Amino acid sequence: MFSNLDLQKLIFGRLTLEAIPYHEPILIVTFLGVVLGGVAVLGAITYFRFWGTLWRDWITSVDHKKIGIMYVILALVMLLRGFADALMMRAQQAMAFGANEGYLPPHHYDQIFTAHGVIMIFFFAMPLVTGLMNYVVPLQIGARDVAFPFLNNFSFWMTVSGALTVMASLFVGEFARTGWLAYPPLSGPAASPGVGVDYYIWALQIAGIGTLLSGINLIATIVKMRAPGMTMMKMPVFTWTALCTNVLIVAAFPILTAVLALLSLDRYVGTHFFSNDLGGNPMMYVNLIWIWGHPEVYILILPAFGIFSEVVSTYSGKRLFGYASMVYATVVITILSYLVWLHHFFTMGSGASVNSFFGITTMIISIPTGAKIFNWLFTMYRGRIRFEVPMLWTVGFMVTFVVGGMTGVLLAVPPADFVLHNSLFLVAHFHNVIIGGVVFGLLAGITYWFPKAFGYKLDPFWGKVSFWCWLTGFWFAFMPLYILGLMGVTRRLQHFDDPSLQIWFVIAAFGAFLILCGIVSFGIQLVVSYLKREELRDLTGDPWGGRTLEWSTSSPPPEYNFAFTPVIHDHDAWWDMKKRGYSRPLQGFRPIHMPKNTGTGFVLGVLSVAFSFAMIWYIWWLAALTFVAMFVVTIVHTFNYNRDFYIPADAVVRAEDARTAMLSGRA
Amino acid sequence: MATHAATTHDVAEAPAFHLEEDHHPEGSTMLGFWIYLMSDCLIFAVLFATYAVLGRNYAAGPSPKDLFELPLVALNTSMLLFSSITYGFAMLEMQRERQGGTLGWLAVTGLFGLAFVGIELYEFAHLIHEGATPQRSGFLSAFFALVGTHGLHVTFGTIWLVVLMVQVRQRGLVIENQRRLMCLSMFWHFLDVVWIGVFTFVYLMGVLQ
Repeated sequence: MFSNLDLQKLIFGRLTLEAIPYHEPILIVTFLGVVLGGVAVLGAITYFRFWGTLWRDWITSVDHKKIGIMYVILALVMLLRGFADALMMRAQQAMAFGANEGYLPPHHYDQIFTAHGVIMIFFFAMPLVTGLMNYVVPLQIGARDVAFPFLNNFSFWMTVSGALTVMASLFVGEFARTGWLAYPPLSGPAASPGVGVDYYIWALQIAGIGTLLSGINLIATIVKMRAPGMTMMKMPVFTWTALCTNVLIVAAFPILTAVLALLSLDRYVGTHFFSNDLGGNPMMYVNLIWIWGHPEVYILILPAFGIFSEVVSTYSGKRLFGYASMVYATVVITILSYLVWLHHFFTMGSGASVNSFFGITTMIISIPTGAKIFNWLFTMYRGRIRFEVPMLWTVGFMVTFVVGGMTGVLLAVPPADFVLHNSLFLVAHFHNVIIGGVVFGLLAGITYWFPKAFGYKLDPFWGKVSFWCWLTGFWFAFMPLYILGLMGVTRRLQHFDDPSLQIWFVIAAFGAFLILCGIVSFGIQLVVSYLKREELRDLTGDPWGGRTLEWSTSSPPPEYNFAFTPVIHDHDAWWDMKKRGYSRPLQGFRPIHMPKNTGTGFVLGVLSVAFSFAMIWYIWWLAALTFVAMFVVTIVHTFNYNRDFYIPADAVVRAEDARTAMLSGRA
Repeated sequence: MATHAATTHDVAEAPAFHLEEDHHPEGSTMLGFWIYLMSDCLIFAVLFATYAVLGRNYAAGPSPKDLFELPLVALNTSMLLFSSITYGFAMLEMQRERQGGTLGWLAVTGLFGLAFVGIELYEFAHLIHEGATPQRSGFLSAFFALVGTHGLHVTFGTIWLVVLMVQVRQRGLVIENQRRLMCLSMFWHFLDVVWIGVFTFVYLMGVLQ
């Protein structure tokens, strides 16, 4: 009964030494790199005696600005991982023709395309969007923090836990080989008995809780905490898009949670939701996951639209053209994004009427989106345009995104979709809108708000290098895929027979290399800007001649954001204040009520990594232990009623006097 | 919006651009919790939809008519409905700032909650004993997922209720505790509403078929 094997199973579940991929040189080298990098980082933290600061000022921080910055850092780290996957795929497809099998066997290649999609959407784009919203929204609405500061910290650590779970799959076991949405029956227990899909499920479940809670948090913040005078129609456009995005998050992520829970029941308990036998229905999974999945792409793009709106009006020196129409367009897109999900699987065969309905709703979305493009163009028209780096990203976006939008409308025609379904044309389309829309927008946003967060601008030269590499790289990498898709090449292929196709994959690989140059230039830009920070210093808090409230604070803003709550009379509140001769108050400061830091979010994050690891490897004792521990930690946390403190008035005076000195030093 | 703001500026036509006194935005906990409930409602919506799609896929196994015992379910339903009423009494006591009465009605609510979960567990055990397991058919998978998720919610609600009773005991009906009781109240009534849906669509209509 208690043989060795049983005891080992009891302790380690299905985790054995075989799970460590020591026979895969690529993974070993990566692992060594990660270990060396990790040791270097930990060593540096110890050497510079940074642990205390790290714990007190960052890990336990409930300050929305710090949490926002941490989200962005997480996203950039995960971008490196996701992009490494992209390079590997491009290299494989450029060489694997005829007798050449390339360097990635199918089981490895399949994990890579799955991981690429999952990481880029959930752990690059989502944290970056959430990070920017976290940083900017409270400042734009004149608030001192979000509505639920502790929840914000907790959400962040749940997102990190999800990311860590995905990363663990690289070195312990395997990741899913199912594609980024893990359709059953392929992802079911029979076809994917390994741990890959379980890694996928738990990473997304944990990160999804974080995303949902941060969505609730930001909605409550925007609805309840706007400064006096800021009516809905005086909110900055970025805040509007953030509101709509968070409404989408709250309305979409529970569906993902539920459908993944049902998939896990199929896998863990043996139920029949998505099986082919005993009354299951795999197409129900596909429907449900896209009811989440389509709003998800708008969750990503709407904040990018908001960023472009801020950038265009700032660098054109004009009020945004058609503010009201911009708001209505955003709201219409929010609603329509729920009525189009079936266009992802016209080939399911739901019949002509259903397909036409979803085809038409899809095409209708291009109307509000087109209205936005015209609004941006008319804002630029007769503006005094400054082509700073964020503006370059915006113009690059407008040119690129329109093409992606047009191929989207093309795919919305069901008969055309029957031809192009699952082809590289589709892959080119969604990279066209996600890179040309979301990524360009987020990079514009980083460049635009960087001086606010760190007190100095990013170096424009390396920013321009990065922009041109990304832009040309995108066109080189994805135009060939459109062509290949039209020829009928399907996606997710590890090897090709027809040598005439190879040239297109080589061009695409060259494009990926250019994008690599863009990412490297961005890294160089960060380093160069840091070295030249005195030269690039922003003393005014308003380096771009901004229009919204975040530019009325110092760069970086004080912990409490605003010494006095601003009163708003017009949209573009800060522009209005500057125009009407606002003078900054220099006295009368009061103590400011702020939330206290707490380590509970971090502890729960650590426990949830352990819990998901235990669930993935069937280590039941650890799963039970960590689950109970999470419960206990949460309950203990609720017994803490002492959650706030006052920043004393003299500390506020000191901070504000320092700013006064900085402002006058400039003059 | 009323603003008693600074008037010390030189520019005559410039209005006040900041508040001199502290700004207290109204509490957002109720709104936040309500939004959370709506997201939870979507999880139930998915489970109801799943039941609607799979609910008649018996796979040559038992159907609702073979399995459900309406008297038992009616008893169970009444437990939950009574618990909502008693929670309401607890809230009335809270508004009168009577700690003892609040705790008493909360205890009654918790007992009704436990009775509900207990009867549900008995029903599940009975079904599984008869071979109607979640693995038997798509219908039973969907049934157990929907009803079980609701039962888990009631279980968590009961644990939360006990924690809150301890906290009210410790600190009295302070503003934080009143807010928490309000949140749990919304949660509890929400579960009641969901159960009405379960009772109607799963049990009543199941037996009608």
